[in-house]
Amino acid sequence: MSSVRTEELDRLNQETIEEGNRFKVIGTRPIRPDGIDKVTGKANFGADIVLNGMLYGAIHRSPHAHALIKKIDISKALKLEGVKSIITHSDLASLKPTDKNSNVNFFDLARNVLAKDKVLYDGHAIVAVAAISQSIANKAAELIEVEYKVLKPVMDIKTAEKKSSPIIDKNIFTEGLSEPNKKPSNTAKKVEFLLGDPEKTLNEADIVLDRKYSTQTVHQGYIEPHACAASYTKDNQATIWCSSQGAFMVRAYTAKLCGLETSKIKVIPAEIGGGFGGKTTIYLEPLAVKLSQKTGRPVKLVMNRTEVMRATGPTSGGTAHVKLGTDKKGNFIAGLIELKYEAGAFAGSPVGLGCMTAFAPYNLKHVKCTGWDILVNRPKAAAYRAPGAPVAAFAVESAIDEVASILQMDPIELRLKNCATEGTTAPYGVTFDKIGHKECLEAGFKSSHYHKKLKPYQGRGIASGFWFNIGGNSSAEIMINEDGNVTVATGNPDIGGSRASMAMMAAETLGIGMENVKPIVADTESIPYSDLTGGSRVTFATGKAVVEAAMDLIAEMCRRAAKFWKVDPKQVEWTNGNAICIERKDIEPMSMKQIAKIAFKTGGAISGKANINVKKGAGPGFGVHICDVEVDPETGRVTVLRYTAIQDVGKAIHPSYVEGQLQGGAAQGIGWALNEEYVYNKEGNLMNTGFLDYRIPVASDLPMIETILVEVPNSGHPFGVRGVGETPIVPPLAAVANAVSNAIGKRMTNLPLNPIKILSEIG
Amino acid sequence: MSVNGDPVEILCETQQTLLDCLRDELYLTGTKEGCSTGDCGACSVTLNGRLVCSCLVLGVEANGCDIQTIEGIGSEESLHPLQKTFLEEAALQCGVCTPGFIVAAKALLDEKTDPSEEEIRYWLAGNLCRCTGYDKIIKAVIKAAKIMREENEQRTNRRAR
Ligand code: FES
Ligand code: FES
Repeated sequence: MSSVRTEELDRLNQETIEEGNRFKVIGTRPIRPDGIDKVTGKANFGADIVLNGMLYGAIHRSPHAHALIKKIDISKALKLEGVKSIITHSDLASLKPTDKNSNVNFFDLARNVLAKDKVLYDGHAIVAVAAISQSIANKAAELIEVEYKVLKPVMDIKTAEKKSSPIIDKNIFTEGLSEPNKKPSNTAKKVEFLLGDPEKTLNEADIVLDRKYSTQTVHQGYIEPHACAASYTKDNQATIWCSSQGAFMVRAYTAKLCGLETSKIKVIPAEIGGGFGGKTTIYLEPLAVKLSQKTGRPVKLVMNRTEVMRATGPTSGGTAHVKLGTDKKGNFIAGLIELKYEAGAFAGSPVGLGCMTAFAPYNLKHVKCTGWDILVNRPKAAAYRAPGAPVAAFAVESAIDEVASILQMDPIELRLKNCATEGTTAPYGVTFDKIGHKECLEAGFKSSHYHKKLKPYQGRGIASGFWFNIGGNSSAEIMINEDGNVTVATGNPDIGGSRASMAMMAAETLGIGMENVKPIVADTESIPYSDLTGGSRVTFATGKAVVEAAMDLIAEMCRRAAKFWKVDPKQVEWTNGNAICIERKDIEPMSMKQIAKIAFKTGGAISGKANINVKKGAGPGFGVHICDVEVDPETGRVTVLRYTAIQDVGKAIHPSYVEGQLQGGAAQGIGWALNEEYVYNKEGNLMNTGFLDYRIPVASDLPMIETILVEVPNSGHPFGVRGVGETPIVPPLAAVANAVSNAIGKRMTNLPLNPIKILSEIG
Repeated sequence: MSVNGDPVEILCETQQTLLDCLRDELYLTGTKEGCSTGDCGACSVTLNGRLVCSCLVLGVEANGCDIQTIEGIGSEESLHPLQKTFLEEAALQCGVCTPGFIVAAKALLDEKTDPSEEEIRYWLAGNLCRCTGYDKIIKAVIKAAKIMREENEQRTNRRAR
């Protein structure tokens, strides 16, 4: 990036922050550019792709939670007419346990997409089949015969920790212990964050709240099941069409598992029907590529809902033990938390992130957060919106609520007294810049909701939440078309309206209208590398890339105008969508349309680009949620009466979609708190594999979800943006649990708060 | 059968659902599959005017029937009021549930011109959305109902004159 652009950006940044809301496009609510396709059914999602000569795939999955594979017999399936190919783990590239990077262990990933010699959870994929129709493929998958030696399943943390329990993975020795384990263990890792001397300080506290909490495994619950199609051609090139949170992620992971060079694979992103973190990994793509390679025909693989529930996604259930010490006036003086999270069948729960976020909203000098990553015979945990944070926040925010009632203090006041502000050092080592936790609490206190009177069996809960937000690698390219309109290309799948925010930031920077901008999500060969859509990074980091690409484009347009006018480029400036010559008033300004017309005469087509790695400045997000519930003492059913989500969003580019993030996150959190959980039987089979029994909130379960957008601009972004997608799922678990606890006068510490649990408390 | 007013003829396997027929045989992929068990409403269509989950209807059962799908509701040039209000109210994030919601909401508004918020919430309780928390969807339906009532009134007034 040239220094000129940096300066320009800084200037823009300064101006925008000073100008407050005086943007032309940003902060308005235009119709999203991909909207019409989505309301008319024209948008193509993962399962909508159809290719000539396409075969259909199906997967044979394990009926056992834990078993050794003794023999796989594919002969009957192969004999079925119309079956074209069958693959197992041995068809994938052979990998070693050391094949990993900081994000992913490829050895585990390969054993997850197709089991190696052991099945590790109910629904674990073992064999994949391709056939000329879906029904033949399904039948062939049924005809696969696998001989097992069934082992005892390890279904929960308690069992996993027992010395006598079976070991799920013999290669796992607990990492992070001061004295390394000699024997393999189901505990994959210990992490610890320490600030000050919490144990000693706790002894000096006037009040110590010591309590244990637990939550269950839950699924992201995206409505679109995983789907992909792949075509492998004779020249050893593979093309993949799929819905994912990152085409470059799919390319890199699939290449590794298939033993192909990354550049031999092209990934074309389809529309994505929800991900929430669950589509930041792969399940089907390497299988489709291998089946296509073997058959020479394109292969499509689509999961059904049962497969999604049994074999993808969930996020860890876990336990938390909190000790919070305060003085008589309610000043927090020490906080300790011990978290244990289920990793699923492979190491890697988000327990480290749980530890880092647990006390982050508060100013505490003495903190200890200990986390344990524990293997169980459940599907491998995948990211789910603010991974790791909701469970930790549930525990800490419940504890704070209890402390507030012991002190007979208003729970918002107690939080205000202790909240982190600019300059506070978080337990994970970062000192905060300008943040908006306090502002959110104040907005909550001022809201009409907070002061509404409650009736018997009604209760109010409040809770705060924190998410880091991240930057990372992003690329953007802006091209001027012959008609003067621009195309904005980025490499990030649009999961919730990001095309709109990209187009708006480009329009604002260029000084043109939204209608002149067409945003596209490019495939892996049409745009340089971009990290995936996740971590609440797209509007922030990719948005930053778009703004820089627009600045690059402006610089080039000014040069072209100068060339055309035969003046020194320094004399040309960009104002309100026009190139103007500062010195010579006799020269008419030139619009983008006019510049497009002179492009070929002045050196060819015009574009601007930016490839950046944003390492700093993501601007943490804080939120505060207020929830009112009513508990039916007869049935134990909880009704959410009113809900308000407040969040510091930095600057809302398109306020409607920002509100949508808050509302959607809150709804997911309400489901997590009240209904959702994986239910396994003794043998380790998942009992609720569909939306009927795994009940996510429906329209009649919820009230309108009110939102309050607090805007404390993030100085790390040209328009002040903070990531907004993840924070909203952090507070609801505790907000709901606090509300229920206050309604029935009993502290509820184990989620979900279903009628059975509530009745047993009040019964 | 007739799909969105066009006469169509297809051959299907006996176990194929109406949803499979629409998507795989007629390439009308606007109707989505979220569960195939009747729990998510992504596959909503109307069959002889009645709202159904097309994943719960066999293709052969639709023989001779009149099917309406999302592809038959409005077009790019003339959007149905629901499609417009879904866009204006930002009632979609990922958009995979949207066709089902629009088909289901249209069935409601065809039957009842002025439903209450509660009636809308219960009518749409069979349609799952994991992105929006439903807030903006409900608002979009309320707004569309109002627009449709006004349009109707204008039409009646014109006729009366
Ligand atoms: S696909 Fe028919 S209801 Fe879900
Ligand atoms: S908008 Fe994504 S499921 Fe409704």
